[in-house]
Amino acid sequence: MSKTKFDPYGEDNPANPKKPASSSGSTSSGAAQTHGGSYEEEIIAVEAPQEIDAKAAKRAERQVATMFMVSVVCTLGFVVAYFALPATATIELPLIGITNASNLSLGLALGLSTLLIGLGAIQWARKLMPHVEVIQQRHLLKPPDSLRKAALAQFSQGAADSGLGQRRLLRRTLLASLLVFPLPLIVLARGCGPAPKGELNETMWTGGLRFLADITYQPLKPSDVPIGGVVSAVPEGLLEVQKAQHNLNERAKSAVILIRMRPDQIRSQQGEGWDYQGILAFSKICTHVGCPIALYEQRTHHLLCPCHQSTFDLADDGKVIYGPAARRLPQLPITVDAEGYLVAREGFQEPVGPSFWERS
Amino acid sequence: MSNTSAAMNTSTNGNQPKLSGPLAKASAATYEYLDDRTGLSAGLRRNLRKVFPDHWSFMLGEIALWSFVVVLLTGVFLTFFYVPSATEVVYNGSYVPLKGVMISEAYASTLNISFDVRGGLLIRQIHHWAALLFVVAIVVHLLRVFFTGAFRRPRELNWVIGVGILTLALLAGFTGYSLPDDLLSGTGLRIAGGILQSIPVVGTWGVFLLFDGEFPGTAWIPRFFVAHVLLVPGLLLALITAHLLLVFYQKHTQYPGPKRTNENVVGYPLMPVYMAKAGGFFFIVFGITTLMSALVTINPIWLYGPYMPDQVTSGAQPDWYIGWLEGALRMMPPIEWTIFGYTISWNILVPSVIMPGIVMTLLALYPFIEAWVTGDKREHNILQRPRNAPTRTGLGVMALTFYVILWANGGNDIIALAFNWSINSVTTLMRVLLFVLPPIAFVITKRICLGLQRRDRDKLLHGIETGRILRLPSGEFVEVHAPVDPDEVAVLLSKEEVLPLPMPPKRDANGVRTPGYAIKALRARMSNWWYRDDVPVVTLNELESGHHHAQEQVEIAGTYGVEPTVSEEVTAGHR
Repeated sequence: MSKTKFDPYGEDNPANPKKPASSSGSTSSGAAQTHGGSYEEEIIAVEAPQEIDAKAAKRAERQVATMFMVSVVCTLGFVVAYFALPATATIELPLIGITNASNLSLGLALGLSTLLIGLGAIQWARKLMPHVEVIQQRHLLKPPDSLRKAALAQFSQGAADSGLGQRRLLRRTLLASLLVFPLPLIVLARGCGPAPKGELNETMWTGGLRFLADITYQPLKPSDVPIGGVVSAVPEGLLEVQKAQHNLNERAKSAVILIRMRPDQIRSQQGEGWDYQGILAFSKICTHVGCPIALYEQRTHHLLCPCHQSTFDLADDGKVIYGPAARRLPQLPITVDAEGYLVAREGFQEPVGPSFWERS
Repeated sequence: MSNTSAAMNTSTNGNQPKLSGPLAKASAATYEYLDDRTGLSAGLRRNLRKVFPDHWSFMLGEIALWSFVVVLLTGVFLTFFYVPSATEVVYNGSYVPLKGVMISEAYASTLNISFDVRGGLLIRQIHHWAALLFVVAIVVHLLRVFFTGAFRRPRELNWVIGVGILTLALLAGFTGYSLPDDLLSGTGLRIAGGILQSIPVVGTWGVFLLFDGEFPGTAWIPRFFVAHVLLVPGLLLALITAHLLLVFYQKHTQYPGPKRTNENVVGYPLMPVYMAKAGGFFFIVFGITTLMSALVTINPIWLYGPYMPDQVTSGAQPDWYIGWLEGALRMMPPIEWTIFGYTISWNILVPSVIMPGIVMTLLALYPFIEAWVTGDKREHNILQRPRNAPTRTGLGVMALTFYVILWANGGNDIIALAFNWSINSVTTLMRVLLFVLPPIAFVITKRICLGLQRRDRDKLLHGIETGRILRLPSGEFVEVHAPVDPDEVAVLLSKEEVLPLPMPPKRDANGVRTPGYAIKALRARMSNWWYRDDVPVVTLNELESGHHHAQEQVEIAGTYGVEPTVSEEVTAGHR
C-alpha cells in the first residue's frame, strides 16, 4: 500500500519545522547516532511539552513540587494519626455516617501521599519531559536457519555422544525410572487425610435422641414449636461430640429444623409416624452443595436455600419444587419421650447433604 | 525545565550527566562498582532507550501488575498478625458484640487485625480492594488483547501464560476469601466442598484428603494459608515474570498509524518518559486503592460472625469474579443420575466443573483455534482494529454476553428483590437468555463491524462528506468531500486483504483421494465462514482513482470559491 504517499511526517529532517524551537529534537537524534550504529533509531516526532516556555515550565515545576511536598505532609500526617488515634476511634461524617476514625485518617493520609507522588511523576513526564517519538526496528524472532541448524546439530552431537540413540536399554530404563519417579509425591499426598469409611452416610441421630435448640442447647418440647413456627435444632450430645472431635464436622451434618403445621396440611406419602402433632423434622443441610437452609415461608411451607435458591416443600416430604437441588430433604421421624421432650424415632434413612459418587 | 535541557545537552555530547553532590558521587561509584563486576552497562545501553508504543489501553495490564504488587506488600503485613488455626478461643478483643464468644483463632486474629492492630483494618481493606482490582484489570486487559488480535503469532504463548495468571488469580482470591473463617467465607468453602464431593469416582476422596476427613475439619485453614501466601503467589510471580519478559523480548504490539509497520515499533523510549509514567502509575494504583479502603468498607467480617456450618445469611454474594460460577450453579436444572448404585450429579458437575473447564480450555487454546481456522500463521505486530476481524469480535462479544448472563444470575436473588420479581422467574428467564442472547450478540456485533468497514472504505474512496451541496452551472448538484486526515488514512489502510482457504480437491489429477480430505474441507468451510461478508480492502487503483476524483471535486469547489473543509461537528461525527 502506498503509505508514504499519505505520510504526514514525510520529511524525516530532525529540524522539521513542526518541532519546537528548542533544540531537543535534533540533539536526541544526534545522541542516537553518536552511540553507535547497532542501536538504530529514527526520531519521527518530538512533541515537546506544550508549555515549553520558561514561564509555563516554571509553573509546571511549581505544580509538581507542590504535589511532592503535599505528599510529604500527608506521609507525616499518617505518622501523626497512627500515634494519635486508637484503632477503635470513631467519627461521624456526613454521607458516610459513623466510621472508624483511625482507618479513615490513616487511609486518607497514605492514599493522598502515594497518589500525589504518582500524579506528580506523571505531570512531570507530561509537562516537562520532551516526548520524543522514536522508531526502532524489531528483530526477527525466528533465528536464521543456519543458526537453528547449528543449535540442533550441537544438540544431536551431544545426544550422540551420550549414546542416547544407540543404547536402547539405557533409554528405556531411564524413561521407566523417570515415569515412576513422581509416584512418591502421589503416595505422600495420601497422607493428607483418612480414607472415607462411609462417614458421609451417617449422622449421630439415632432413636431417642432429644432435639436441642441450637443456641441455648435446651431440650425442646412440642410446645416450643408453635404452628407456623420454625426452630433450628441439634441432637442431644452434639457439644460433647464436638469437644471430643475438636471440629464442627458433626454439626455440619446433623443440624435439623423443626417446623409445625396443622396435621391436615401434611401431604405426606410416607405413611404414619413421621410427624408429632404436625411437628416435622428435616435436615437443615441442602442436598445441593450443603448450605444450611434457613428461609421458611410459613404460608406455603416452602423452605428456600439462600445460597442457590433450591426450594423444598416441607408439607410434601421435603420434595424439591424449584432450583438446582436434585434430591428431597432427608426427614427424621419424631415422637416424644417419657418426659414429654421431642425425640427422634430413629436416625436418618438416607445420607444428608450434597450428593457423592458412592451414595446410592 | 533547566534540568531537562541539561540532560539533553549532555547526552548530545556523549558526556556523563553533569550532576554533582555527594549523592551523585556515591551513586556513580556504586554504579562503577556494579558495572565492573556485572557488565551492567551493556544491558542498560540496550534497554534504556527501548521503545514502547503509547496507548491508554496498554495501561490495563500495568494496572494488574501494580495491584498485584500492592496485594503482595499488604499481604506481608497481614501475615504478621493472622493466625492460621482453627483452634477455638474465647474472643476478648475490642469488638464488643463478639466478646466472650468461642471463635477460631483465624477469625479472632482477623478481628484483631481489624480492631486492635493500628492501621490493620486499612491494610486488610487495601489487600481486598487491590485483589479485586487485580482480577478486574486482568480481565479487561485480556479483552483488549483479544479484541485487537494481540494474541496472534508470535504472542500465542504469552496468551496462554496470561490465562494461567487469570486462573491462579481466581485461586488466590478464593483461598484468601476463605481465610478469615467468617460466616460468608465458610459458606463459600462449604459450596466448594460440595462441588469437589460431586466429582465422580474421586470426589469423596478429594474431600477427605483436602479437609483431612469430613468437611470442615480443622486442617483446611493452615493448608489454605500456605496455598494463599506461598504456593499460588509463588506461581503467580513466576508466570507474571515470564509474561513481562516475553513482552519485553518480543516488543510490544502497536496500533496502526503513520510510519508504523509490522517490522518496527514506534513510541517513546523507556527513559525518561516511560519510567516516570510507569513508576508514577504504581503510586496512583496504590493511592487509589488506599483511598477506597479509607472511604468504602469491604468485607466487614465482624458483621458476618464466625463460621458455623448450620448458620447462613441471605443475600450472600461472593467476590465478583466468582459470580459467574455462582450464577451457573444457581441456574442449572436439577439433573442427577444413579447408575449401578453410583451417583452422578450433573446439577453440580455441569455448572461447576464441566462448563468452567471448557471455558478456560477454549480461552487458553483460542489463538491456536483461530490460527487453524484462518490459516494465518504470519507474525503480527500491528494490532487489528476490532471491526477488521468481525467474526472474532462477534465471537468475543458472544462469549462476553454468555459470561455476563451467568454473572448476573449469581445475583438472581438481589435482582428479584430489587425489581420485586419472583426469583424463580428470574432464574428461568436467565436459563433462556443464556442460550438466546449470545448468538444474537454475535450477529449484531458482526453486522456493526461490517458497517464500520463499509464506512471506512467509503471514507478512503470518497473522503469525508462535508454537507456542502454545490450546484454546478450545468445544473448538477454535487456534495463537496473533504480529504481525510493523513494520520487517519494510515489507520484505515491497516485493513489487510485476506482470502479464505481454498476448498481442497477431492481427488488429485491422478484420481488419488486427497489424504485427510474431511478435515481439510472442514477447515476450508470454517475459514470461508470466518471471512465471509468481509468488505473488500481498497486496492491501490481504487484508492488512486478515488483520490483523483476527490482532487477534481476540490478543484471544482475551489473554482467556485468553496473551501473543501469539514466543519468541526462533521469531523467529530466521523471520528
